Amino acid sequence: MAKTLVEDAPVDMLAVGKASDDAKPQDTQEGSFLDGRAAMGIGLAVILVAMWLLGYATGTDVQTLLSLTIWGVMLGGIIALGGIGLTLCYGVLKFPNFAHGALVTLGAYVTLAVIQLLPKSQPIWNFSFGWELVVGLLVAIPVTGIVSVLIDGALYRKLRHRNAALVLFAMASLGMAFFLRSVIYLLWGSDFHFFYVGRSNPALHLPLGIRVQADQLFVFGLALVLVILVYWLLARTKMGKAMRATADNPDLAQVRGIDTERVIAWTWCIGGGLAAAGGVMYALASQLRPDMGFTLLLPMFAGVIMGGIGNAFGAFVGCIVIGIAIQLTSAFMSPAYGPAVAFALMVLTLLVRPQGLFAEK
Amino acid sequence: MDPAAIAKAYFLIIPLMFLAFAILRMRWAWRIPVGIVLAVLVAFGAEGFVPGAIDYLVSFSVMASLYAILSLGLNSQWGYNGHLDFGVAGFFAVGAFTSALFITAPPSGLMAQYAQQAFGLQAPFLVGVIAAGIVSGVVGYLIALPVLRLRVDFLAIATLGIAEIIRRIFQNERWLANGPQPLSGIPQPFSCVFQHPVCSWLPKSVADVVAPLQPRDYGYLYLVVAVVALAIVYFILETAVRSPWGRALRAVRDEEASAAMNGKPVASLRVQSFVLGAVVMGVGGALYASYMVTIDYSHFKPLFGTFIVWVMLMLGGSGNNKGAILGAFVIWGVWSGTGFVTDAMQASLSSIAPEIASRTAFLRWTFVGLLLAGIVLYRPEGILKEEKIVSGFLKRFAPGSRKRLAEPAE
Repeated sequence: MAKTLVEDAPVDMLAVGKASDDAKPQDTQEGSFLDGRAAMGIGLAVILVAMWLLGYATGTDVQTLLSLTIWGVMLGGIIALGGIGLTLCYGVLKFPNFAHGALVTLGAYVTLAVIQLLPKSQPIWNFSFGWELVVGLLVAIPVTGIVSVLIDGALYRKLRHRNAALVLFAMASLGMAFFLRSVIYLLWGSDFHFFYVGRSNPALHLPLGIRVQADQLFVFGLALVLVILVYWLLARTKMGKAMRATADNPDLAQVRGIDTERVIAWTWCIGGGLAAAGGVMYALASQLRPDMGFTLLLPMFAGVIMGGIGNAFGAFVGCIVIGIAIQLTSAFMSPAYGPAVAFALMVLTLLVRPQGLFAEK
Repeated sequence: MDPAAIAKAYFLIIPLMFLAFAILRMRWAWRIPVGIVLAVLVAFGAEGFVPGAIDYLVSFSVMASLYAILSLGLNSQWGYNGHLDFGVAGFFAVGAFTSALFITAPPSGLMAQYAQQAFGLQAPFLVGVIAAGIVSGVVGYLIALPVLRLRVDFLAIATLGIAEIIRRIFQNERWLANGPQPLSGIPQPFSCVFQHPVCSWLPKSVADVVAPLQPRDYGYLYLVVAVVALAIVYFILETAVRSPWGRALRAVRDEEASAAMNGKPVASLRVQSFVLGAVVMGVGGALYASYMVTIDYSHFKPLFGTFIVWVMLMLGGSGNNKGAILGAFVIWGVWSGTGFVTDAMQASLSSIAPEIASRTAFLRWTFVGLLLAGIVLYRPEGILKEEKIVSGFLKRFAPGSRKRLAEPAE
């Protein structure tokens, strides 16, 4: 993945910072990377356990904590849908796409438009939604994917052709983030929306006193299916391999006859589509707001960086961890600080192991 | 001319004088007298012929000057040292709330039940501004320590996150600055000049001149405050960038390895430029707080706090202090100008499609978003390019100038 200028310094910190007990490994060469990964995994687990204990100490009972953890996994699934697209684009195009949050929002609103067009069917099983939401989802995914390909063609491709600096890409994407958000404001207004107004969404009672809404199970199931699909795409298909090759070294990939522009277009398409799915799921779990994607952007980046940039599976795991951390925060702090916790974990990752949890090298 | 217009014209002289100094291209010995004469002429001329338009132009210029200070702060981070700081709003908010807490009185009596704040020192305005700069600089330093060692793209993500967290703190911590409710009653410097009776310290002759002015004309005085602050900040930053220190910053930005090889403390310089930018943004926030009188967390959303400042700097020219100021005025002009257009559209649309009419205000977001994309695509260096040689010494003796290094000194 992108070779960093300052990669070495934080790795040193890892060796020093993590070995708080007697052993102080001075050797930070290739061999210790596995240790770094293990240490970081343990560190994360310790943080989550500490959050549990903190919640318990401040008077939250175990059942609530367990429910919070489960909800955190669900929230993590939503974040992961956006995060996987983000990590693919980051890996292949080498810049943080600040407009990804707006793509998430766009997906949700396109689905809303479809739902408003279609007649309402009966809710499926215990879910709060009917078939029209599924149709909306199937429309929103390609629409958002195509929108992101169009943006790439109009903006980022031109920057690529003149070998623009990374900061210009980042800035252009910030511009696009506000552009897309303003378009959403123009089309749908600034009010909150719901897919279904006033429809009850009863919780299922699972063993151990855990209460989970059927919708939340759907969200997590969908996230899992999409993640497996992406994994399969990257590992087995020709396009996936081309994508990974382009991410590793665009020039070499081109020499080997890979049409990198086509690969990039597909990356945008997949990234946008996944973001749209994430947006629909987020809207199902809460509501539609024009700034919903922006709220998710920070947790997405946190998960992406934690999992290692360009690593889809890593992003999934990272986002789940972030999701759990955000939900557990509400056990002992104002839930408004959930993103702050996500952010703190991100900075910790950047300082301790900037190449992420699942770096290949 | 009626007496109110004359009094207003007096206030306009100082901002116009600075404008003349900035525009005129002649030696300072000429620039100062000519600038002052022009400023007086324009001030009285404008008040004499188009007094109505000036009122609007003044409130516009105050906001543009405040944004110019933010833009200058960003320029000393991004323009001179290459920090991709997407967290301008954070320092802006810290400065604004710090100053507000320093200069307001703590709520008492019945108000205390509705408003809370950590402290209220009733300090003078200038103390508030300085405190805002210091606190913002300290926050910037604390952020810089862990974050500046990161890659430039991580820095952008991290600063965006920090700004969001700072905003949430001001949103949720009731005890700090009245939580989600606005913090109101922020004193304005010299506001008694526009009240009746006027401040006791004002000499009788001045008091007679300003007597016809109403409190709603306060913008004229604040324009002077904002422009003087802008001029001071500009002067300091311009001196800094032309000094060896500023040139070292540019060297670190362009060729980090070479700068390090020449013995420049790279890591320390990076932190210094980040903190300098944070201080300037904090000062901008302090001025904003007093101008608005009432502030709350929603003033510091990424759009108004960060994004628009970036567009200003990118359009004006990053790495060029004049460009930063120019960009602020142009973009704020575009923003305010499109406001007229959307208002007109709203009026005409409201009879046809009231739903859409209420949303036309967002058209300008669309426009500014596209504008940034356009700048990045077609003119990333901005209107005013960065000067290649900023050193005053080199410029004086550069080939083609009147003096030559080779000439023997007298």
